[in-house]
Amino acid sequence: MNDFLKIEGLKAQIDADGTPKEILKGLDLNIPKGEVHAIMGPNGSGKSTLSYVLAGREEYEVTGGTASFKGQDLLELEPEERAALGVFLAFQSPVELPGVNNANFLRTAVNAVRRARGEEELDAVAFLKLAREETARLSMSGEMLKRAVNVGFSGGEKKRNEVLQMRLLQPSLAILDETDSGLDIDALRIVAEGVNSLRGPDFSALVITHHQRLLEYIVPDRVHVMAHGRIIHSGGPEVATQLEKQGYKQFLEAAQ
Amino acid sequence: MSGETSLAWQALRERAGERAALLGAEGVPTKRVEAWHYTSLQPLNQVKWQAAPALDEAQVGARLSELNLPKGQGLVVFANGRFCAGLSSLPETVKQGSGEDEANEPALLADRFAAQLNAALRQPGLNLHVPEGCDAGLLVLVSLTEGDEVSTHLHHRITLEKGARLSLLDVQLGRGRYFTNPQLDVECAEGAHLTHVTRQDESAEAIRLGISGARIEGRGNYDSFTLNQGGALARQEVVSRLEGAFANVNVNAIQLIDGARLNDLTSMIHHASPDCTSRQTVRTVLSEAGQGVFQGKILVDQVAQKTDGYQMNQALLLSEKGQMNSKPELEIYADDVKCSHGATVGALDEDQLFYMRSRGVPEAQARDALVQAFLFETVELIEDETLREHLLKALPGYV
Ligand SMILES: Nc1ncnc2c1ncn2[C@@H]1O[C@H](COP(=O)(O)OP(=O)(O)OP(=O)(O)O)[C@@H](O)[C@H]1O
Ligand SMILES: [Mg+2]
Repeated sequence: MNDFLKIEGLKAQIDADGTPKEILKGLDLNIPKGEVHAIMGPNGSGKSTLSYVLAGREEYEVTGGTASFKGQDLLELEPEERAALGVFLAFQSPVELPGVNNANFLRTAVNAVRRARGEEELDAVAFLKLAREETARLSMSGEMLKRAVNVGFSGGEKKRNEVLQMRLLQPSLAILDETDSGLDIDALRIVAEGVNSLRGPDFSALVITHHQRLLEYIVPDRVHVMAHGRIIHSGGPEVATQLEKQGYKQFLEAAQ
Repeated sequence: MSGETSLAWQALRERAGERAALLGAEGVPTKRVEAWHYTSLQPLNQVKWQAAPALDEAQVGARLSELNLPKGQGLVVFANGRFCAGLSSLPETVKQGSGEDEANEPALLADRFAAQLNAALRQPGLNLHVPEGCDAGLLVLVSLTEGDEVSTHLHHRITLEKGARLSLLDVQLGRGRYFTNPQLDVECAEGAHLTHVTRQDESAEAIRLGISGARIEGRGNYDSFTLNQGGALARQEVVSRLEGAFANVNVNAIQLIDGARLNDLTSMIHHASPDCTSRQTVRTVLSEAGQGVFQGKILVDQVAQKTDGYQMNQALLLSEKGQMNSKPELEIYADDVKCSHGATVGALDEDQLFYMRSRGVPEAQARDALVQAFLFETVELIEDETLREHLLKALPGYV
């Protein structure tokens, strides 16, 4: 088995008003190269926390276990180093950056990553051409590029902007944290298409979602059920259908 | 060393001669004086300030070329408090007024130390008259000071007659341990519009007490923006009085404070007529052991019904040693007014930093970009594109 993303016994906690609160409680997960996996789990089970820990958010303290990506210890790297290595997180709640122009931000990010990957930087003209193509592909208005990052964007526009960033940054591991929530029916299809077009032997994804519907468009290789900071069950795409019909109860009971 | 016996006080009084009477008896204000509670004038006390000697015009000219000044309809240059005729040119439409006309001097600034000092030691500066209905375009005013233990006290006056317009870029810079104390009196007659952008780039060792006072008549507009980023100790005081209905004043500012420097924006917006508006956004960035002061008073007279005032003061602390002192003050005697104000002090937003870094932007670059964004939103308040661009380029780290 090829080791692409490999997580073993991962434990992480957060400082909640002075008392440490353990959120990830020994999580195991492997995503081989070229595969798309989904995580489903009740609210508060730690899905977003896992995505933040993988992207390098300092607020979460890793207290045990390991996480490696492409053979490197992911937990040792700064967030920007992880991005350069190919990790991309589409945020559940994208952050607004008042005063930061979206096009400038995207170009800064793309060139920072290209620089770190030893690729040539894009000049303003080349970048704008690329960005226009990608916004059109995601049915986003070109206006979005001129505005401040996510400021005043609707919920769905923010999610599309995340997918736009993903497409421009060309990650090898995309973590999509509820990117489908807040999207209208057409947008869901467009966003799914944005992800599917990246699929290939060198691209893996971790799709966090509450709805089986997204997984009809982005058909996962495996589906994991997460509860209480652990993966409690793993299976094929049928797990999503089963969850949709019966809820989490049987999995939670079986895990006890 | 107390204010009235300090070396500085004696030297300044001596230079003022018979005008020393204008200085009052209390000496340099101490921290016990409320207006100077956060900004200590102690450093001013310690030097026997002498008159600044004339500078070589050719060298002043060379200095100008480094400033990337926008080309306006006029350029007026003062060096060490003296007019540089060879470097200056005024558009034909405006007149340089003659002499001092103190009888008409508004009492707006009378009780303020910086103005008293200027009154006692003043040197004639720009005295400009824009006739009725005339749009004089952009005028660039440069005040350069060089030397140690010297002081200058320029007095400028700008009068805009009915419906006249002018944009003024007011650039102040220098080299050495000098003290500069400029005053600008502004009169905006009915419907007149003055845009006044001050770029305060004094030497990091300098002391500066700058003051401006504007009287604005009905439908007039005084749109001021101050970039405070120089001086060891630098206060810019902006005083305005709205004297006719539907007049507006903007008192916006950015302060960028590093090292152990102190920058201070002190303002008074006096609504003396009904239906006027005032807007104030002040953003301060503190790094290293920088100290920032903002004192902003809005006074609304009883007659000033339907006043619409807005004041926002925000500081970004980039180091734990930085310090911000803010004193917003609302004094309202009218009952039908809309005055909102707010203040925040904080570090860079961790969520924003992480978001940028997760997109591959290195931490230092992400920090710089967020600081730029914080400032950029304020610079955006300058409507004139030429002035806006000039100011953006004057900010450190601008790309
Ligand atoms: N900064 C924080 N301070 C305190 N508690 C936190 C913090 N971040 C996360 N938690 C807690 O950790 C738990 C897991 O949160 P997380 O956001 O990872 O859940 P989730 O599985 O993504 O939920 P959802 O499906 O609602 O998005 C929750 O109980 C949450 O309240
Ligand atoms: Mg979540």
